[in-house]
Amino acid sequence: MSMTGSVPGTDNRGIRELGAEEKVGWDQVQQGVVLPSFEGDAADIAHQKAEERHYADFNSYTATVASWRVLKPVYNRDICIDCQNCWVWCPDTSIISRDKQMLGIDYDHCKGCGVCVEVCPTNPKSLLMFNEAEENEEALSEWPQKEKKAK
Amino acid sequence: MAITSIKNLKEFSTSNDRFEGAHLLCPGCAHSMIVRELMNCTDDNLVIGSNTGCLEVSTAVYPYTSWDTSWIHIGFENAATAVTGAEAMHKARKRKGTLKDPDAPVKFVAFGGDGSTFDIGFQWLSGAMERGHDFTYICLDNENYANTGGQRSSATPIGATTSTAQAGTHSYGKKEKKKDIVSIMAAHGAPYVAQLAPNKWKSMAKGFQKALETEGPCFINTVSACTTEWKFDPKDTIHITDLATDSLMFPIYEIIDGHELNILYRPKNVLKVEDYLGAQGRYRHLFKPENKHVIEQIQSDIDKNWEMLQRREEARI
Repeated sequence: MSMTGSVPGTDNRGIRELGAEEKVGWDQVQQGVVLPSFEGDAADIAHQKAEERHYADFNSYTATVASWRVLKPVYNRDICIDCQNCWVWCPDTSIISRDKQMLGIDYDHCKGCGVCVEVCPTNPKSLLMFNEAEENEEALSEWPQKEKKAK
Repeated sequence: MAITSIKNLKEFSTSNDRFEGAHLLCPGCAHSMIVRELMNCTDDNLVIGSNTGCLEVSTAVYPYTSWDTSWIHIGFENAATAVTGAEAMHKARKRKGTLKDPDAPVKFVAFGGDGSTFDIGFQWLSGAMERGHDFTYICLDNENYANTGGQRSSATPIGATTSTAQAGTHSYGKKEKKKDIVSIMAAHGAPYVAQLAPNKWKSMAKGFQKALETEGPCFINTVSACTTEWKFDPKDTIHITDLATDSLMFPIYEIIDGHELNILYRPKNVLKVEDYLGAQGRYRHLFKPENKHVIEQIQSDIDKNWEMLQRREEARI
């Protein structure tokens, strides 16, 4: 991610240093700010998938909150039935669904709340929370077996 | 209006999200579930205004914005005013022929929290409803001023502890009842007023589409479970909302033209309100023996309200 000159004081990771911007007097402060979400024409955004859009650096899509996570959801394609429960209830737009299929998790925007795991209806669940430090392959290898329903 | 198909979740999921991640709402916040659902249920251009509140401060932290549509924030109370102003200007420019694309469908939506809807922005909202603009106002009701540290609002239910109505040896928390905002808005004669919950995604999406399609001022109160101030685990947002709708603490219903009431969700097994209260830290003190009477009062209020809703639905007046 790269920042344009309009956002001052960013390092090469694109993270802005607080207080690095030039100070101005009270009478020079701009009243109100307009942040464009996209580069160029954005008239048909509702019909464009995320990968087809031209996000501006101001769009929070270009930022990450991955550092908020302690636990991360891991997705198991083999069990998933594409019900899209996780998609509709994800508060962070982090479930990537295309053409009625669940593709995976957007780890840049996921905060690890665990809602997707709770609403997953399969048995065993096709999404489970694992330690952030654990590799996904390792997590998939220790996936639990089908639980018998207590009658 | 270009409607996204909401026949089932698979079809709904083909909608392209216009509310981006990396906003700074708490993990598990229901605000963004509701906002995402509104923006996904239509293809039309949206002009959105937000009152000050959690949603506004978390989705527009300079230099970032999470909104892929036109979005404005001005003050704590006046999203309704700003959005109706934009709507009036759009109408005027359409009449004068100065719009670049006059046929492009545009919907006007205002978001407010319960603080800005029930208390601070109430007068502005009431004015906008009375003027009859073509817009939809959505209240994200988390029952307190969560953005500033959980102060009581007039949406806080009786018995909940908040930072300004604390439970302790001399108090059981807030002593006043919650304002019935849905009835107040229906009394404005609004063409569509509803109370919806994110756990029932289909009735919520249908309600949103109805409100966007309806010409005139529409009001929707949505239940937004607050993991921080209601004090429950972030993963349980949907579970808590389930308890809220199944215990009838938040009945889901709509009122059309100020009189025709339809109940949109009838729980198969109505839960006792203890199940809902016991799942949240803010009601923990009510389970002490000296506070049992508050739970009884809440339960009797819920029963009376449900009876009233059912009889109003039957009466069709």
